[in-house]
Amino acid sequence: MSEKDGIKILICQGTGGISMGAKDVEAAFVRHLAEKGVDAVIGKRCDIIKTGCRGLCANDVLVDIITPEQGRVTYDFVKPEEVEKIIDEHLVKKETIEKRKAKPYYNQFVNAQMRVVMTGCGQIDPESLNAYLEEDGFKAIEKCIRGMKPDEVIEEVKKSGLRGRGGGGFPTGTKWSFCKASPGNHKYLICNADEGDPGAFMDRSLLEGDPFCIIEGMMIAAYAIGCDFGYVYVRAEYPLAVQRLQHAIDICYEKNYLGKNIQGWGFDFDMRIKMGAGAFVCGEETALMASIEGFRGMSRPRPPFPAVRGLWGKPTNINNVETFANVRHIINRGADWYASLGTDTTKGTKIFAVTGKVKHTGLVEVPAGMKIREVIYDVCGGIANNRKFKAVQAGGPSGGCIPAEILDTPVDYDSLIKAGAMMGSGGLVVMDETTCMVDVSRFFLNFTRMESCGKCVPCRIGLKVMLDILERITEGRGEPSDIETLKDLGIAIKKSSLCGLGQTAPNPILSTINYFRDEYEAHINDKRCPSNCCKELLLWQVVVDKCVKCGACKKACPVDAIVWEKGEIAYLDKEKCTKCKSCYDACRFMAIE
Amino acid sequence: MSEAVEQREEEQTEEIDLEPANRVIDKFIDMPGNLMPVLQGVQDEYGYIPRIAADLIAERLNVYPSQIYGVLTFYAQFHLKPRGRFIIRVCVGTACHVQGATRIVETFYDKLGIGHAETTPDLRYTFEKVACLGACGMAPLAMVNDATYGSMTVQKVEEIINDYNQRPLKSGK
Ligand SMILES: Cc1cc2nc3c(=O)[nH]c(=O)nc-3n(C[C@H](O)[C@H](O)[C@H](O)COP(=O)(O)O)c2cc1C
Ligand code: SF4
Ligand code: SF4
Ligand code: SF4
Ligand code: FES
Ligand code: FES
Repeated sequence: MSEKDGIKILICQGTGGISMGAKDVEAAFVRHLAEKGVDAVIGKRCDIIKTGCRGLCANDVLVDIITPEQGRVTYDFVKPEEVEKIIDEHLVKKETIEKRKAKPYYNQFVNAQMRVVMTGCGQIDPESLNAYLEEDGFKAIEKCIRGMKPDEVIEEVKKSGLRGRGGGGFPTGTKWSFCKASPGNHKYLICNADEGDPGAFMDRSLLEGDPFCIIEGMMIAAYAIGCDFGYVYVRAEYPLAVQRLQHAIDICYEKNYLGKNIQGWGFDFDMRIKMGAGAFVCGEETALMASIEGFRGMSRPRPPFPAVRGLWGKPTNINNVETFANVRHIINRGADWYASLGTDTTKGTKIFAVTGKVKHTGLVEVPAGMKIREVIYDVCGGIANNRKFKAVQAGGPSGGCIPAEILDTPVDYDSLIKAGAMMGSGGLVVMDETTCMVDVSRFFLNFTRMESCGKCVPCRIGLKVMLDILERITEGRGEPSDIETLKDLGIAIKKSSLCGLGQTAPNPILSTINYFRDEYEAHINDKRCPSNCCKELLLWQVVVDKCVKCGACKKACPVDAIVWEKGEIAYLDKEKCTKCKSCYDACRFMAIE
Repeated sequence: MSEAVEQREEEQTEEIDLEPANRVIDKFIDMPGNLMPVLQGVQDEYGYIPRIAADLIAERLNVYPSQIYGVLTFYAQFHLKPRGRFIIRVCVGTACHVQGATRIVETFYDKLGIGHAETTPDLRYTFEKVACLGACGMAPLAMVNDATYGSMTVQKVEEIINDYNQRPLKSGK
């Protein structure tokens, strides 16, 4: 970048970083560097660079220091108090503080990935146009406008095999060609940043960490399709993403990367952010457009598809954030290169948000087609607390579970659907032996039921009926016929619902019934929760043979309901217990049931 | 809906300065699809959407009040009643759920005596369950206004409430 032998201090300032105090860490660096006159002492310039999310937010605040001598060294969990020491030892004495360096698993986490879409995210300053330009920013759009006809751009994207990352996996190039073919001289482009799946946050990280790349992706799409106006519909809960994107848009207008006759290339494009207001269904494209128009975000039947009649009745093309983020790399490095990544049917890379009972939760970008086992064990370090892996839930509220037996399923659209799950937005929630599959189904169903827009009966009422049954089961009042009823209802709702929400909402239940029918049966027939998760079915006692007398449960209990002395087996006083389950989670030996 | 109706009666007596609402409307008046940005802007000013502001918006944007209340009651983000000084939000997203968010929510209910989307009578606290605050690595997660609390436990709930009970009710702003 600026000076080849300068020193760079990269401080993570994604949502995770900031909530762990990244601003204070930055301030400490600024202050100490100035007070000590470090630039003069070591004869080099030290640049502080605020970056976006690196993906391992659990270890924030992450600070990378790049010096010519030591290369790149990462410190994690950095506190403002430690900054002075880091400056003294690392920068001035040029001695890496080995004890404070991120543990080897950090590098494993980073190196086991393949970062294409997220190359900029976490490395460059998301608020600086120059930083983006240095990373070949806006080269792709320039290449398109100067050397390619719009149809050639679409051909290139088709050839790359890129499929929509918003969940459906529809081929992006084909979608663009539909909208292009639609008659009309005024067309809209929409970037879907509603990211409703609770537990997935790659779109947010991209918007926060590399907003220019989304703008460029949209420009390319607009050029190819012939759109002159773009909206980015951002979820209400993402204030930082809105702020960074707005900042980027403002700079682009100022430097003529947006507006009329961009860079003298004879191409016009305007864009604006629209903020959502907290409704999951607004991620669905027709609901999203209703919301932009200022109505309740309710879905409508398709056809007509947005490409024919979209926003304000005009042809409209909608893509996901991550889809747009792929585009510039396809143009810059060529469709053939892109198509060489991934599997036959899913090209390129995919970002996953791996959360739950895994050692290192975070955002990981891997080539499509990597095995789920590799994602969980090689990248994310396996299961936390030495517990046993049970299943991974892929695709959030519209997806399903993948049990241990088929952990070698590759992560691509078609294999996941075959396994009864879904790529969805790319959330992977890892569950261990303490997670009850009936409870997880209930959780997702509760979510989709609350978010149902209420327009059609199967979804509005059907999901409620299913939820009631599941609640009964988890409370020990299940009946033998319930499983079949759930299946029948689920299949009927899938077939008869109007939009994608209802059509996929039964998936989590159907897939857990398929793989974990025994757990449902245990709840119904034996009134027992095999994972000791459903409160109403717990015995609230310590299993004497399993207890190793460690006392962890006593520490966890907020009401002193656990009696334990050093060297003694714990005892749970049912009179005092408020059934909060803290002790159960604290016990690493599964001794409380 | 019921919230909207109830609130209509309650609020008649209150004095509300409509100047900020008018300013927001002026800003968006010529934009297509301006209802949502106007409502968001008005809510930023007042902390909620006062009834007379909703009437004003209907009047000036030339939309039916029913459409406005339709929108207001559809989206979780809009509030029809004044909110607490401290907004406590507990994440009940997937990652937080599997790490035990339920007991955090229940403990808050218990200690505050209010449920989801409710406000204490002294306007000190509003409690909300939300889906994914985007820091799943620190699950289970809670937030009070802008401060984030990761790896929540039942004990921490008490500490947080004790802490905020001490703070003054009037904000600087
Ligand atoms: C209930 C529901 C929620 C959705 N949520 C999102 C979302 O949060 N983000 C997204 O990009 N797509 C979401 N989609 C998919 C969109 O409708 C649409 O297919 C997608 O934005 C198309 O972009 P793509 O072709 O780039 O994948 C959702 C669909 C449904 C049915
Ligand atoms: S399926 Fe559900 S969310 Fe979709 S239109 Fe019907 S009620 Fe609304
Ligand atoms: S935490 Fe588990 S093993 Fe340790 S004392 Fe409690 S019950 Fe026994
Ligand atoms: S469930 Fe909660 S209250 Fe009961 S013994 Fe365990 S930690 Fe204590
Ligand atoms: S926000 Fe810092 S790594 Fe994700
Ligand atoms: S699920 Fe709680 S922060 Fe994401």
